Amino acid sequence: MIQNNTMAGTGAEKLSTTVREQIIGLLVRYPSKQAVTLPALHLVQEALRCVPFWAMREIADILDLSPAEVHDTMSFYGFFRTDKDPLGKTRLWVCRSLACQLRGGDDLLAEFCAKLGVSPTETTDDGKITLEFAECIGACEGAPAVMVNDEHRLNIDQPEKVDALIEELRAL
Amino acid sequence: MAYEPVLLARANKADSTSLEGYRLDGGYETFARVLKDMTGQQVTDAVKSAGLRGRGGAGFPCGLKWTFLPKGHPGPIYLCVNVDESEPCTFNNRVLVEKDPHQVLEGILLSSYAFKATTAYFYIRYEYGAGMRIMQKAIDEAYAAGLLGKNILGSEYSLDVFIHRGAGAYICGEETGLIESLEGKRAWPRIKPPFPAIEGVFRKPTIVNNPETLANVVHILRKGVDWFKSIGVPPDPKNPRDAGSYGPKLYCISGHVNTPGLVELPLGVTIRTLINEHGGGVWKGKKAKGCIPGGISMGLMTEAEFDTPLDFNGPCRVGCLGLGTGAVTVFDEDTSIVDVLHNLCRFFQHESCGQCTPCREGTGWMFKIMDRFRKGQGRREDLTVLEEVADKIGIMPGTTICGLADGAGWPVKNAVRKFRAEFEKYIQDGSASRSKPLPMAAH
Repeated sequence: MIQNNTMAGTGAEKLSTTVREQIIGLLVRYPSKQAVTLPALHLVQEALRCVPFWAMREIADILDLSPAEVHDTMSFYGFFRTDKDPLGKTRLWVCRSLACQLRGGDDLLAEFCAKLGVSPTETTDDGKITLEFAECIGACEGAPAVMVNDEHRLNIDQPEKVDALIEELRAL
Repeated sequence: MAYEPVLLARANKADSTSLEGYRLDGGYETFARVLKDMTGQQVTDAVKSAGLRGRGGAGFPCGLKWTFLPKGHPGPIYLCVNVDESEPCTFNNRVLVEKDPHQVLEGILLSSYAFKATTAYFYIRYEYGAGMRIMQKAIDEAYAAGLLGKNILGSEYSLDVFIHRGAGAYICGEETGLIESLEGKRAWPRIKPPFPAIEGVFRKPTIVNNPETLANVVHILRKGVDWFKSIGVPPDPKNPRDAGSYGPKLYCISGHVNTPGLVELPLGVTIRTLINEHGGGVWKGKKAKGCIPGGISMGLMTEAEFDTPLDFNGPCRVGCLGLGTGAVTVFDEDTSIVDVLHNLCRFFQHESCGQCTPCREGTGWMFKIMDRFRKGQGRREDLTVLEEVADKIGIMPGTTICGLADGAGWPVKNAVRKFRAEFEKYIQDGSASRSKPLPMAAH
């Protein structure tokens, strides 16, 4: 196993005790330690807004895996980001699938891009909002829909609603 | 006579998510009775004779699936609840979980009891954060009330339910993809056989069902097999392999209709009824051009085919793949079929897991061709190429491991065959028909 001292950086590059304990607490739920990979990645990304390589090593260490196995799983899900590309405070997803597109989803995404001054996957300069496009988020009855982190917001169909949402997220 | 909803009966109540509220409506009484008076085998037999077919897309008979578990297995046996509901335009399970989590939980309990599962993993897609929190609260309430955990209600039976969150991958809805994902790996579907019932998660026998199917189990045991079989469409006598389409179904209506939403109806409602009576008709007084009949993987229907009944066989009769998830998305006469197909191809190209070359490359090429179309550079021979690719990728032609590619090819085949004239006109018009460019990086 690769030792921590081979890495650049300071001692701050360590998961907090809380996150470590949360990960360890999940082990009893599954007969295999590897099954905790996704929940652990979620916990780390939630706390750090990304999963740095040193955190992958630490997860691997807790789960008796090689860091490559954690990275292999993580890189499959476009959901997780490394420290080259961390998330802003809020992740805002705009649905681009059919039901939303038919009701203006593409225009909505373009509007968010213009008003936030970023392209999808980028974060605003103030670090507040990361804009993403999403494949169907399962809120088609309220198309065009967006997601604020993991909560749906339905019927974002007027410019005023876009402005209000941006204002709300900027204030967080 | 108007149909009285069963699965959604409690959805609009003020206190639909709490244990107390669920109990006031007779919740968990069925489970308590079954636990006392019935064996697991009897529960399986009831579900089997009710003819309940899975609501996730393939329509596989639910009770039959359960009987594939090895007899007398020492355990553990697992239940995976598939709430990775990622089929575009589908949201029935989300509503079910958000509005009536205890109904789903009772279904989990009854089913797990039937096949002696001791752990159930509730695999919910990350996007359903609200549903996840509501379900977690319901699970906590159930543990506190002795409905989950060791020796449930004083019986010998024990069950744990754990929520496991996905991370935004469509392929996790494929049952073996879900299993791989749950094990902490890339969600690459497995080669079958062995089927999950023989060797599933953690190499143990596993049943994968979705919440709507499990919720139906509650009502089969509460109201009886005869009640269940009085709803829906009996088997086609001319087709010996037809298992019938019994029971209620949740239909999602979205797209260009006046009132998009979720409605519960007996299986076999026609698309026209669904749109006009439950979706408020096509919006802005326009006419429909077509729709997707049950999630985008099932293909496309033209307006002329709207009298097709949405049971497990109906959509097949007009060249669609099947009932799918029962999610109907309507597009009006002013929508370009090129834009619709471009959107669908973009989805599959993004969500192909990359394990099988025909799917990874095929979905990519279909999307590239559609992208070219939208730029006004479509060619007549592209239609042939599209059809050829769509015909050759998938589990049916035998070139891939899972059905994602079949679902990717189906709308393409349907679109080219059913809307050929429009494609040809689009090609002829060249750059004049060019669609509006999409926002940057939205490709």
